Amino acid sequence: MTQVKQKERKLTIARAMAEAIAQEMRTDDKVFVMGEDVGALGGVFGNTRGLHEEFGDERVRDTPISETAFIGAAVGAASDGMKPVVELMFVDFFGVCFDAIYNMMAKNTYFSGGNVSVPMVLMTSTGGGYSDGGQHSQCVHATFAHLPGMKVVAPSNAYDAKGMMIAAIRDPNPVVFMFHKALQGMGWLGTEKDAIVHVPEDAYEVELGKAVVTRPGTDVTIVGITSGVHDGLKAARTLEEQGVSAEVIDLRSLAPLDRDTVIESVKKTGRLIVVDEDYHSYGMTAEVIASVVEAGVPLKAAPQRVAYPDIPIPFARPMEQWALPSPEKIIAAYNTMKED
Amino acid sequence: MKPNQEQLLWMYKHMLISRFFEEAIETIYMEGKKPAFNMANGPIPGEMHLSNGQEPCAVGVCAHLTAEDIVTHTHRPHHVAIAKGVNLKAMTAEIFGKETGLSGGRGGHMHIFDSAVNFSCSGIIGQSLGPAVGAALSRVMQKKSGVAVAYLGDAAANQGVFHEALNMAAVWRLPVIFIIEDNAWGISVPKRSSTAIERNSDRAAAYGMPGEFIPGNDPVAIFDVVGEAIARARQGEGPTLIEIETSRLAGHFMGDAEAYRPAGEKDALQKLDPIPAMKQRLLEQDLLNDTTDAALIEEAHAIVDDAIQFARDSDYAAPETAMDKVFI
Repeated sequence: MTQVKQKERKLTIARAMAEAIAQEMRTDDKVFVMGEDVGALGGVFGNTRGLHEEFGDERVRDTPISETAFIGAAVGAASDGMKPVVELMFVDFFGVCFDAIYNMMAKNTYFSGGNVSVPMVLMTSTGGGYSDGGQHSQCVHATFAHLPGMKVVAPSNAYDAKGMMIAAIRDPNPVVFMFHKALQGMGWLGTEKDAIVHVPEDAYEVELGKAVVTRPGTDVTIVGITSGVHDGLKAARTLEEQGVSAEVIDLRSLAPLDRDTVIESVKKTGRLIVVDEDYHSYGMTAEVIASVVEAGVPLKAAPQRVAYPDIPIPFARPMEQWALPSPEKIIAAYNTMKED
Repeated sequence: MKPNQEQLLWMYKHMLISRFFEEAIETIYMEGKKPAFNMANGPIPGEMHLSNGQEPCAVGVCAHLTAEDIVTHTHRPHHVAIAKGVNLKAMTAEIFGKETGLSGGRGGHMHIFDSAVNFSCSGIIGQSLGPAVGAALSRVMQKKSGVAVAYLGDAAANQGVFHEALNMAAVWRLPVIFIIEDNAWGISVPKRSSTAIERNSDRAAAYGMPGEFIPGNDPVAIFDVVGEAIARARQGEGPTLIEIETSRLAGHFMGDAEAYRPAGEKDALQKLDPIPAMKQRLLEQDLLNDTTDAALIEEAHAIVDDAIQFARDSDYAAPETAMDKVFI
């Protein structure tokens, strides 16, 4: 007789996010969802699917296309005891409402000397690769992570997405929860199969601010977040065929940034490649490399970054695909450092 | 809706406290800034926006509110904070940047937060609106009592958030009252140069909510109109937009030379100072006489002096504690 294998419960990130929100809504009546098309439609990216049917108009609230008003309202509701989960449909839209995010959501706790908490989650989609043009494809990780007072997290798979969403909802601080569209498991956006993983049914938390070694290795450390992790894993498989052992780290959180996990890894490997779909300059890649260099970790080669060039995201498929980070670019980056 | 005797005297007293407070701040603000004006110097550095003349907007509204009601305000918040019952000692210490301040000195005069009385403000024009709408939504969802009052200046009605917030509050029929303190100036730009219509209260029609204009910077008229609006909100009848004609007797900020003001405007406004007018009204109604007025003035001064002394006597927090309170 073959042993009965524990049944895998594979979910997309979209399903995992919706499940996490639903479970928190069932146990905490302060939790509610607000945003554009989060109701009957279930969210443009599927992450509120099923919530409206279960919880109704009051707690799963379609808003006018008024990001400043509803994100500002979430700040007010959170300060008054509620726990809003609000959606900014595309992170690119932050331009119309950033004041509510970085000047109020992120600062009111400080301005009140810790007397006012703003326990809200701002979930927002990131990333391109499907020719949606330069106002619907950005990541702007660093733009958010640069500013104090908010946690900024971004899962690369469904297990983390559920646990991090639950942790974000339970966190007394504002959390920006970024989800990459290509990892969402929506067929029409392309699907990254490695993002669809086993997700336990019970509620659980994945601690925010903790990176994870996704694949152990000894020769080079590849650090990424969301799509960058998957590019890193693919590159690591190819490198393995060439006899190179790559360690892949999923940051999972941009703020707080888990520098220790990266530093420990680079101490072992001596080589560092940082991958990010956000713009090259002044970005997460620079922050990670600076953190390793500041820590005085001995390096066998100059660290490399594989990030989006400093250009608006082009529409034409050949142009966009050319500009995106890729496993090939990571391998090329490794090839510049292996002779050292 | 008419104020009773107690409410009238409460309004007058809080107008006095507010005015004396601003006069004290004005004097202290200039300490260390003479002969050369440098905003960074003195016991109260930074920008300072005084509310002299706008006291009726504070007392006529807050006379209807209790601690549980929510007020969001602007960069010019002292008069409304005082009328809302913000802890004046802690607020004054905050304005001085002291450890005993509401946030231990992390906020300052444009960032007054007192959760005990549900008061907060933002230094960004128009950003009082969204949080008030959300707090009102919170009360509805939690089935808790309380209304939210969002104050804004007349120039803030030209911010996009004004449209967004009023529309959303109306769609959701929330217990919010939007109070425009129309002092006719957006820093140096007169309202007629920035605003396409004469009365911002007319904009209420665009959102299907009642819009009221209250002329004359009159606390009793404000009490009347706002009282009706708050009663509607408390009964679940939705939001109201109210525009109050008021006057900014001081500059936009301390140090503002006000060369943009037409000749004679400030003198004319001083003649319409709402505090002597309120006193006259109370004298005529026999609610006040010279003796009781003197006693009220003395009491108001004592309250302000206590708060100022408390702030002066308090210490600064250790600078490195600036690193604390970013997160809960």
